[in-house]
Amino acid sequence: MKQLLSGNEAMALGAYHAGIAVATAYPGTPSTEILESIARMEGVYTEWSTNEKVALEVGMGAAYSGVRALVSMKHVGLNVAADPFFAASTTGIVGGLVVVSCDDPGEHSSQGEQDNRHFARFAKVPMLEPTDSQEAYDLMLLAFDISEQFDTPVLFRATTRISHCKTVVDVSRERENASRRAGFTRAPQKYVMVPSNARVRRHSMEERIEKLKAYFEGFPHNQMLLADRSLGVISCGVAYQYAREVFRDTSHLKLTTLYPFPADLIRKFAGEVDRVIVVEELDPYIEDEVRRMGIDVFGKDFIPIIGELNPEIVENGAVEAGLIPAPQQPAKKPETPAPQLPLRRPQLCAGCPHVAAEYVLRKLGFKSAETGKELAADELIVTSDIGCYTLGVYPPLAALDTCACMGASIGQALGLEKAGVPNKIVAVLGDSTFMHSGITGLIDVVYNQGNITVIILDNETTAMTGHQGHPGTGVSARGVKGGRVELESLVKGIGIEDVNVVSAFDIASLEATIKRCIASDGPSVIISRGACRLAVRAKAAPYEVDADLCAGCFDCMDLGCPALFVSGDVVRIDAEACAGCGVCAQVCVQEAITKVES
Amino acid sequence: MNDINVMMVGVGGHGVILASDGMAEVGVENGYDVKKTDTLGMAQRGGSVLSHVRWGQHVFSPMIKKGEVDFLMGFEQLETARWAPYLKPGGVAIVADVTVIPVSIAGGKVPYPSADEVKRILLQYTDRVYMTASARIAQETGNPRAMNMAMLGFLSQFLPLPPEAWTDIMRQRLPPKFVESSVDAFTRGAAEAKAIIESKESGT
Repeated sequence: MKQLLSGNEAMALGAYHAGIAVATAYPGTPSTEILESIARMEGVYTEWSTNEKVALEVGMGAAYSGVRALVSMKHVGLNVAADPFFAASTTGIVGGLVVVSCDDPGEHSSQGEQDNRHFARFAKVPMLEPTDSQEAYDLMLLAFDISEQFDTPVLFRATTRISHCKTVVDVSRERENASRRAGFTRAPQKYVMVPSNARVRRHSMEERIEKLKAYFEGFPHNQMLLADRSLGVISCGVAYQYAREVFRDTSHLKLTTLYPFPADLIRKFAGEVDRVIVVEELDPYIEDEVRRMGIDVFGKDFIPIIGELNPEIVENGAVEAGLIPAPQQPAKKPETPAPQLPLRRPQLCAGCPHVAAEYVLRKLGFKSAETGKELAADELIVTSDIGCYTLGVYPPLAALDTCACMGASIGQALGLEKAGVPNKIVAVLGDSTFMHSGITGLIDVVYNQGNITVIILDNETTAMTGHQGHPGTGVSARGVKGGRVELESLVKGIGIEDVNVVSAFDIASLEATIKRCIASDGPSVIISRGACRLAVRAKAAPYEVDADLCAGCFDCMDLGCPALFVSGDVVRIDAEACAGCGVCAQVCVQEAITKVES
Repeated sequence: MNDINVMMVGVGGHGVILASDGMAEVGVENGYDVKKTDTLGMAQRGGSVLSHVRWGQHVFSPMIKKGEVDFLMGFEQLETARWAPYLKPGGVAIVADVTVIPVSIAGGKVPYPSADEVKRILLQYTDRVYMTASARIAQETGNPRAMNMAMLGFLSQFLPLPPEAWTDIMRQRLPPKFVESSVDAFTRGAAEAKAIIESKESGT
């Protein structure tokens, strides 16, 4: 049956047909839809885990019992899960264990760019990478077989343009292996990695890689396509599609097994063509390997190492390098320079519960708009984290000083304090991020007697990735009631005494609480609570501006609310966009903003 | 079977993804190889949305090369102007009567281009620019969100498939309560295109 599936949907369906019994993940673009798809299927235990490390540990446990498990995450999630990833490589598995890493070249929605193909070699784990949704489906079925045949987790790597691209898939299989029963066989030499056992397993790991090398030599999804022999293009992932688009008549080698490399196949291909080039996104991963084999190769010389590729980048590089002739110039040449068009940045939504807290932080702690010079002692440092609220770094809010990785805000704040900066320090992070890895930082603050204020922006969901549940919501991956970890009890339980819960829409309370907390000694936590406007909270009656009262001071525009706009010399509110949170009315000194009477 | 490259651009909430998904499904149903990809980083938070839809005998890249877009579907005028350079010379630009002022200029720094300015930018790449009344048409159906279907209706007049090829998919895939207004918007959008094309051909 032919279906149009995204790469993520195809991976999910492939795993389902491979018979997975357990699927775990922490949401992260571009990987999120894998678990969301599986959560709609019957017969698989699915969970949003607290973080990627836990997700992989749950997957390991399931695989030890003999059933098949899929664990999915975004590229930076594998950094978090690296510890169990290496451990799973050492112990091996029983039931198939596949770890999906969805990389985000070009950082469409990520704090950094990294090429997770390196993780496979690093952890000595075989890696597969599809070139479209059909292959995502087919390779996923094979990945579980490989995992079990070679006693190893398998790294399944995709990128944004594989995960989020829809292509036609012939879905050929039914669900298999679903009747397997979980049962644990005691085997401490395999599962208990004390040094004496781990040393033995190291040998198994190296033997496994040798066997996989041989196996991948004949792997059916590595394909050699011989045409014009003057040029031979090696590529993988979506870059293969760009290579086929740009190098129409040349010979191609498509690689889907990226670790270990099918060296004989690559040598054979190199022998068939006059010159070998590599088209790959991000690092020269294939290129370095080919060069190490003693084959003369041309790759990052004409393909950028940074960012997402697309057909014109590949074509322009190939033309400049003289590999292909220049395409014909368009008949119609546009005028230069191109007209200036305003940017459209992502922004916090109308009615977003993060706005008021960030507005207050801006007002209290950012005296100067200048950057690049040392802060005066009376300014606040606001360390921040990964989530929607990070958008508060953009003007007009411009209320954040850092954003590094999940949970880092709290540790960074403590580090700044212990280093001795004269400023008061506030760490800001979301509810899901706090559960993910903020909690460990806060335990450190209690233990080491930090004197910082942590603001947990509790919007009662994982908003940025599309409103998934997390431990604080008590809503499971299948959207049903689960256990709930209450933030305030959790925070009190680890020893924070100064715990405050404030409405996210009450500027006066937020301001008074933040002022009091930063002035007092000892660590404090402020939970700014207000549900996300998207999907969680319904719209309330909109507000309007009395144009006669509006003095045109534009103070309310500092909120950056997309429902507010300037019309002539007064502010107006787009009633369609307004969510009725009333934050702008609290900011207006003229009291010109009021709720629309129905 | 000629390749057909369609780029749809807009901002979150305009139904760009639903329209491009629908167009992709129509292509598959009618025997094309299809690839479609979206760039929607943080679309729900006011960012721009971009879809590439490609129909062909065998499609390799999901992304369309600059200068090879046959149809640029602009669900929002500023975004349409932004992606104008992707048009193939002689390609078709179909532009909705929709503007969304970004917050970056809500205070009034870089001006938002007027409809005439948007048209002038597009005309640098092609002579075939159609400013539609898709949003107004959707309003008339009683379902303002069907603007995307009016846009698809307009596009359908340039493609080699009968209206049923489109409306069948709409009936299968859309929630029942939106089907009639969506088909209505599609039909009105197609009629609008037909009227404009005929008036152009007759030189009036």
